[in-house]
Amino acid sequence: MDQDELKKQEAKCTQENPPACTAGCPIHVDVRKLMLDIQKQDWKSALATLQKKQPFPGIIGRICDHPCEAVCLRQDVGEAVAISDLERYCVQNHSAKIKMGIVPPKSQIVAIVGSGLRGLTAAYDLAKKGYKVSLFEKTDRLGGYLRSFPKDQLPPEVIVEELAVLSRLNVQIHLNTAITSQDLTKLQGEFNVLYLGLAENSPEMTELLGEQLQINPFTCATLLPGIFGGSYAGNNSLINSVADGRKAAVSMDRYLQGVSLTASREGEGAYETQLYVNTQGITPLSQVPMSDSFQGYTQEEALQEAGRCLDCQCLECVKACKYMQEYGSYPKKYLRQIYNNDTIVMGMRHGNKMINSCSLCGQCAEICPQGLDLGVTCKATRESMVSKGKMPSSAHDFALRDMAFNNSAEFTLTRHQPGHTSSKYVFFPGCQLSGSSPERVKQVYAYLTDKLSGGVALLLRCCNAPADWAGDQELFQNSLKDLVHEWESLGKPQIIVACSTCHSIFRERFPEVVSLWELMADLGLPEQGVCPTGVKLAVQDPCTTRNEPNLQAAVRQILQELGCEIEELPYSKERTKCCGFGGLTSFANPNLGKKIVEDRIQESSTDYVAYCAMCRDNFASQGKRTVHLLDLMFATNFEEAALRPRVGLSYRHENRAKLKRTLLDSLWKEVLPKKDVAYLQIKLQLDERVLGIMEERRILIEDIQRVIELAEGTGRKFVNPDNGHSLACFRPVKVTYWVEYQEQEQGFVVLNVYSHRMEIVEEGS
Amino acid sequence: MNNNQKQTSKTPWKCGKCGGELQRGAVKASYLGNDFVVEELKCLSCGLVLITEDLALGKMFEVEQSLEDK
Repeated sequence: MDQDELKKQEAKCTQENPPACTAGCPIHVDVRKLMLDIQKQDWKSALATLQKKQPFPGIIGRICDHPCEAVCLRQDVGEAVAISDLERYCVQNHSAKIKMGIVPPKSQIVAIVGSGLRGLTAAYDLAKKGYKVSLFEKTDRLGGYLRSFPKDQLPPEVIVEELAVLSRLNVQIHLNTAITSQDLTKLQGEFNVLYLGLAENSPEMTELLGEQLQINPFTCATLLPGIFGGSYAGNNSLINSVADGRKAAVSMDRYLQGVSLTASREGEGAYETQLYVNTQGITPLSQVPMSDSFQGYTQEEALQEAGRCLDCQCLECVKACKYMQEYGSYPKKYLRQIYNNDTIVMGMRHGNKMINSCSLCGQCAEICPQGLDLGVTCKATRESMVSKGKMPSSAHDFALRDMAFNNSAEFTLTRHQPGHTSSKYVFFPGCQLSGSSPERVKQVYAYLTDKLSGGVALLLRCCNAPADWAGDQELFQNSLKDLVHEWESLGKPQIIVACSTCHSIFRERFPEVVSLWELMADLGLPEQGVCPTGVKLAVQDPCTTRNEPNLQAAVRQILQELGCEIEELPYSKERTKCCGFGGLTSFANPNLGKKIVEDRIQESSTDYVAYCAMCRDNFASQGKRTVHLLDLMFATNFEEAALRPRVGLSYRHENRAKLKRTLLDSLWKEVLPKKDVAYLQIKLQLDERVLGIMEERRILIEDIQRVIELAEGTGRKFVNPDNGHSLACFRPVKVTYWVEYQEQEQGFVVLNVYSHRMEIVEEGS
Repeated sequence: MNNNQKQTSKTPWKCGKCGGELQRGAVKASYLGNDFVVEELKCLSCGLVLITEDLALGKMFEVEQSLEDK
C-alpha cells in the first residue's frame, strides 16, 4: 500500500469526522464531549470544553441561537438534545478557573473597530495569539447589542465579568471613540492591520467604506490593503457573528504573517459532516422538561437530558466484527498502523499479528456505508510481508503444512468415474469436508454419479486458499497450476464444489464452476434424509458465500424442501460472520479465533445448520449443536449429527488419507500399498485431556509417534526415576516437538506434549 | 532465558542415555538467523538439553515472537 492508496482508504472511514452538532456549530464546539462531561458531572471539563471554542462562554452559553440542535440526530429518535439549555445550565451553575495558553507577545499591533460579538471575538483571538490589540468603541461600554438582552437572560454583570478577560489579555480599550471614514487612513498608518467589526450591510459599514464597500466572504478582506471587515449579512445569528469575527482574526493573523489568506480553510464555519450514524434500534426519547423554565435545568434534569445524547459515532463495522473490536480501534487507525508496519525499515513490527488476524471475510466492506474493506489491505500487506521475507514464520506454518499434506500423494486423487474414459463433470469435495465427514463425500459422489450422466470424475486435493490467505502468492499460483493440470487431464469438466471457499477460489478461474447446493436444488434431493419434520434451524452462511445470493437461496430452498423451519441469524447472507477459519485467523491468533466462535454461537439458541465443514466443526468445538446441510440429507440420526464433536487435526489427516484409500478400493478396485514407515507402528494412548492439548498446540499424532520412535530407538531421552516417565524431543522441520510419555503393555501413554520453534544446538551428541 | 527456574537444579529428570544428573551449562540456541548462548539444564557428558514446558511456552515463545516481529 503506498501513501496515496492509504489516504484513499482512510478517507472512506468516517469515524473521525465530527458529529453533526459540532460540524453544524459555526465555531465547532465539541458538543459530544460536553454531553459526556455533564454526564460525568465533571464541570471543570465541561467549562473547558466550552471555552476551548467559545471566546466568552458565560455570554454565549446564555444567548446562543444553537444551530447545532437543528442537526442533532436525536431528532430521528425523539427530539433534539437541548444543547443550548445544557450550556446555559453549565455556565449559570458552575465556575472554574480554566488556564489559558500564554503565547509570547508579538510586536505587531492591531486595531479593532466596534465591540459587538464580531469585534470582541477578533480582539480575543488575536490578543491570545500575542498581538497588541486596541479596541475602539463609540459608546461608553463594551458589548454593543449584547446589552439589549433581557437582564434575566444575560445579566450586565456577567457581560462585565466575561469581557474582563480582554483586560487580562492586555487589550487596550478605547471607549467613547467613534471611528469615521476620515480616521481610516490614520489608523492604517498607525496599526499593522485593521478590523471593522460590523455587519457588512450595517449603516456604519456603509459610512466607513462608502464605494469601497466590498468584503470577501471567505477571508473578510476589504478592497483596502490591511483592512478587514464583517462579512456576514442579513442574519441575526449571534453564533455566526462570533464565527465571522473568528474568520477575520484567522485572516488578519495570516496577513500579518505574510501567508496565504485562502489556503486550507475548508473546515471553517458550519458544514455537513460525513460521519455516518446508524440510529436504528435506538429507543426514542423526548426532551427532559424543565421544572422551572425561568431558572433553567436543575442538575438532575441536566444529567438526564445530557444522557439522551447519542454520542454519535459510526463504528458500524466494529460493532459487527470481533477482530475489529480486538484491537480497540477502528479502520482509519488500523490502516495507518498497517501502513506503518509495512513501511518500517528498522525496529519492531508490532502490527504483524493484527494484520494476520483478519478473516478477510469482507463483512466490513458490506456494512461500511463507504465500502471500506480492511481485509483487502490486510491481504495485500501479507503478500508484501511474504515478499520481503518479513512474514512471521509461525503465523501460517501449520496451515501451510496442512495444505502441503492435502496436496500430497496421501490425499490427492484424480479419476474419471469408474467405467468412464471421459468426464462431463468433476466433483471437488475439498479438504475440510473430506477431513471432517469423509462418509458424506462418498455419499455425495454416489448421488452425483447416480443423478448425472456423461461421467462425474473425482478430484481430491486442496483449493489452495490457505496459501492465498497467508499472502504466499508464489505458492498459491504454483499449487493452482498443479490443480489446473489435473483438471485439464480430465478434459476440463465442469467443476462441482461442496465447499464455498473452494467456490470463491475457483469462480474467477473456472467460469463454469457450480456449487453442490445449486445443483442439488435443481436435481432433486436424495431420499435417505433423517431431517425431523419442522425442525427449526438457524442458517450459518459461510463468509465465502457473502456475494453469492443464488448459492444462499439454493441452500434455503433445500432446507425448505427438507421441511425445516429456517431462522435467519441477525448477521446473515451478505452480512454473515466468519467462523474464524477464514483468512487463517484461528492459526495466526487462536485466542481471537475462539472469541469469534463464541460470539457467533451466541447469536441464537436454535440449532445451527452450516454448509461449510469448517463452520460446523468450529461451532461444534465449543459445544454449539450444529448440523452440516449434508447431514440432513444423508445422516442416519439427527441428534448424533447435531452433537458430533469437531474432528481434530490429526484425525482430519487420517480421514483424508482413508477416504482416498477406501474410494480407490471400493470404486476403482485399486489397492494402495500401506505406507511403510516405522513410526506409524508406534501405538499411542491419548485421553481427552491430551487430545485437547494437542489440538490447541497443533501437534499431530504423527509428530508424537516420531518423537517416541526416535527416543526409544536411540535412548536419547530424559527419564524420571520417581514415576518412570520419559521425556523426549524431535525436530522434523522447523518445530521441535516434546513428548512426556510412559511405556505400557498396550503402547505408549502420552502425558503431555509441547513444542518450540527455536533450535537448540546440542553438542557432543 | 533462564526464566524463574531456580528449581530446575532439582529437576526430577535424568539423562536417559547415561543416567547422569543434569547440570546447568552453556547451550547454543538459534532462531531466524539469530544465534545466542543461554544457560540451560543438560547432560554434560551426552549433550542432551532439557527444554521444559514452562520455558518452551513462556520465555522461549516470547523471544521467538519478538524475533519474528523484528
